[in-house]
Amino acid sequence: MRDVAVVSFAQAPTSSTPVSDTEAQMLFPVVAEAMERSGLRRDEIGFTCSGSADYLAGQSFAFVGNLEVTGAWPPISESHVEMDGAWALYEAWVHLQSGHVDSALVFGSGISSRGDLREVLCLQNDPYYLMPLWADHVSLAALQARAVLDATGKGERDLAEIAARCRRSAVANPFAQRFADVTADDLLAEPYAVAPLRTGDCPPVSDGAAAVVLVAGDRAREVCEHPAWIRGLDHRIEPHYPGLRDLTVSESTRLAGEAAGVGDRPIDVAELSSSFSHEELLLRAALGLGDAVDVNPSGGPLAANPVMATGLTRIGEAARQIHDGHATRTLGHATSGPCLQQNLVCVLEGDRS
Amino acid sequence: MAERCAVVGVGQTHHTKVRDDVSLAGLLREAAGRALEDAEMTWSDIDAVVIGTAPDTFEGVMMPELYLADALGASGKPMLRVHTAGSVGGSTAIVASNLITGGVRKRVLTVAFEKQSEGDTTWALGGGRSGSVGAGGYFAPHIRGYIDRSKAPEYVGWMVAVKDRKNALLNPYAHLKVPDISLEMVKESPMVWDPVRRLESCPASDGACAMVLTDEAGGDAASKPAAWLHGTAMRSELGQFPGRDPISPKAGQDCAADVYRQAGITDPINDVDMVECYVPFSWYEPMWMENLGFAALGDGWKLTEDGETEIGGKLPVNCSGGVLSSNPIGASGMLRFAEAAMQVRGTAGEHQVPDVRTAVGHAYGGAAQYFAMWVLRTEKP
Repeated sequence: MRDVAVVSFAQAPTSSTPVSDTEAQMLFPVVAEAMERSGLRRDEIGFTCSGSADYLAGQSFAFVGNLEVTGAWPPISESHVEMDGAWALYEAWVHLQSGHVDSALVFGSGISSRGDLREVLCLQNDPYYLMPLWADHVSLAALQARAVLDATGKGERDLAEIAARCRRSAVANPFAQRFADVTADDLLAEPYAVAPLRTGDCPPVSDGAAAVVLVAGDRAREVCEHPAWIRGLDHRIEPHYPGLRDLTVSESTRLAGEAAGVGDRPIDVAELSSSFSHEELLLRAALGLGDAVDVNPSGGPLAANPVMATGLTRIGEAARQIHDGHATRTLGHATSGPCLQQNLVCVLEGDRS
Repeated sequence: MAERCAVVGVGQTHHTKVRDDVSLAGLLREAAGRALEDAEMTWSDIDAVVIGTAPDTFEGVMMPELYLADALGASGKPMLRVHTAGSVGGSTAIVASNLITGGVRKRVLTVAFEKQSEGDTTWALGGGRSGSVGAGGYFAPHIRGYIDRSKAPEYVGWMVAVKDRKNALLNPYAHLKVPDISLEMVKESPMVWDPVRRLESCPASDGACAMVLTDEAGGDAASKPAAWLHGTAMRSELGQFPGRDPISPKAGQDCAADVYRQAGITDPINDVDMVECYVPFSWYEPMWMENLGFAALGDGWKLTEDGETEIGGKLPVNCSGGVLSSNPIGASGMLRFAEAAMQVRGTAGEHQVPDVRTAVGHAYGGAAQYFAMWVLRTEKP
């Protein structure tokens, strides 16, 4: 495959946006920052791809408004996925593989605070048989959490330990929304959201955006001191109905991780889209990540969960670890759909010194 | 160098007002199954699935790829969902082709759809707010602007409508069929959005379209003729700003110039044997003829008037009956791309243009600001 690197990353604060702001207004400084850090001019960007969801914005064609941030004049080569920005990154990476363009701007964004996320995400379910049950994403996650606890012998304290660790890590992340020096005991005192998940095991409702710039070949080394090279990138989906899956494993993550070569060499840092604490158990197992791997040093989605940008933020955070010289091999993960239905894995590596 | 890409399978549903005999999944599966059958493949032969549809609000299902994964045999595979407004069917096919040309996958199934009967498109087009003028209301002033600028006679729009509706009679999958169509009928049909009359407008359809794309080895191995990809392009521009020309948008011109450059097309009217372009209202035929470089600015309508865009003319346009005859919005772009493939492969049946060597597929969307095109040929690049 052609060598492509993440050369810059920027993200927006994830507290809720003023109701007077558009999604484009939230995106604008983020895209501008990612561009500035890349050192590339706008006219050097060969392809632009974004990810967002009309239903979060509560408006059809919401992404058309986001085109404003690209300054699409003269016209640009551009595309959009109705998916997390991580899949926009995938589309851009694929485009770069064909060799027609050498750089790409990717962004993802969403304002979850304007609607009722638990109601909105119900609309992802099979419209004929599942959606009418109004089984929201928290309830479905709780179903999976129960299955995981039953299968592994782990308990609610194990979940609370994960959530508390994420919350503590997030103290150092200026973009985190929920951070505190808490213990598992603190979180076990919180009420259930949907048993066995307590409120601390569930992500906050976040607004946010993320942007990255991809550059192919040696040009990446010219614009970035420590380019984060994409060494493996793959994504897989599995059956929609939770009842058709073994909820105690994440088969699509395993397949994507294998295809991305996760196990070829040790991973230093993994940023996982584990928006519920039990999902970290599932994803660690599916990706074969041992205790030595630093998982979600940013705090992960339990600290800030800007839906449609959460996955791209993970890849950006994983890249940042390499940009800053803190790690040599990292992993970013994105997910979509109820109970981790669809998963993307991106393996990044720095140049060997 | 990029891997070569071939279209080896094409399938579509019979497009109609209401497909209440199938679910959304059933509709897509029908088109996808036909494309696989045409490609002489089964679901397990496919490496990746790329789907496209217009806004989720049209059917009320958020990110429907999640629910559709099972029906499209995508379990354990990569699945992407593209959304670029009305051009989405074309963009979706391009994203699928990039998976091949980038050397990432070998056999890709791509499907685009709309089931307009499950929602209220005009409501959703208005951003989910009341008072939408619909697409026709939005584009009518642009059409009026074109007529004023080009001094085209009023009957040119009627001629496009008659031609596309006659072509639709040759296409078993077309939705709207008006057997006794005539200039008089179009002229007498009610004015919907001045200057667009009812018979100059597209219907609201349920339908889906699918294609199977392969790498060079797959194209070589296919027992039926393959359509070889010679270029793809997408262009987007802002929808509103002072000085923008919405009648012949620069994004459309740039998109055409890019795809012609890739395919080595220097004289479009002579180098291209047929074009299937996105004409939801009759006047967009002459408008796109100019925008895509088939005629000089202001002269596009003369191709229509001279009958050159009919089957048998110099540049047959929309031999399938076009969007004017079938408009499952999310699929409409892919139907254009698929018709180009069928014409190159010689599988277009009664609406086949003889000896097509080079065909162009085109789609547009948003405020005439999103464009997608591809060029297919009988020969490899």
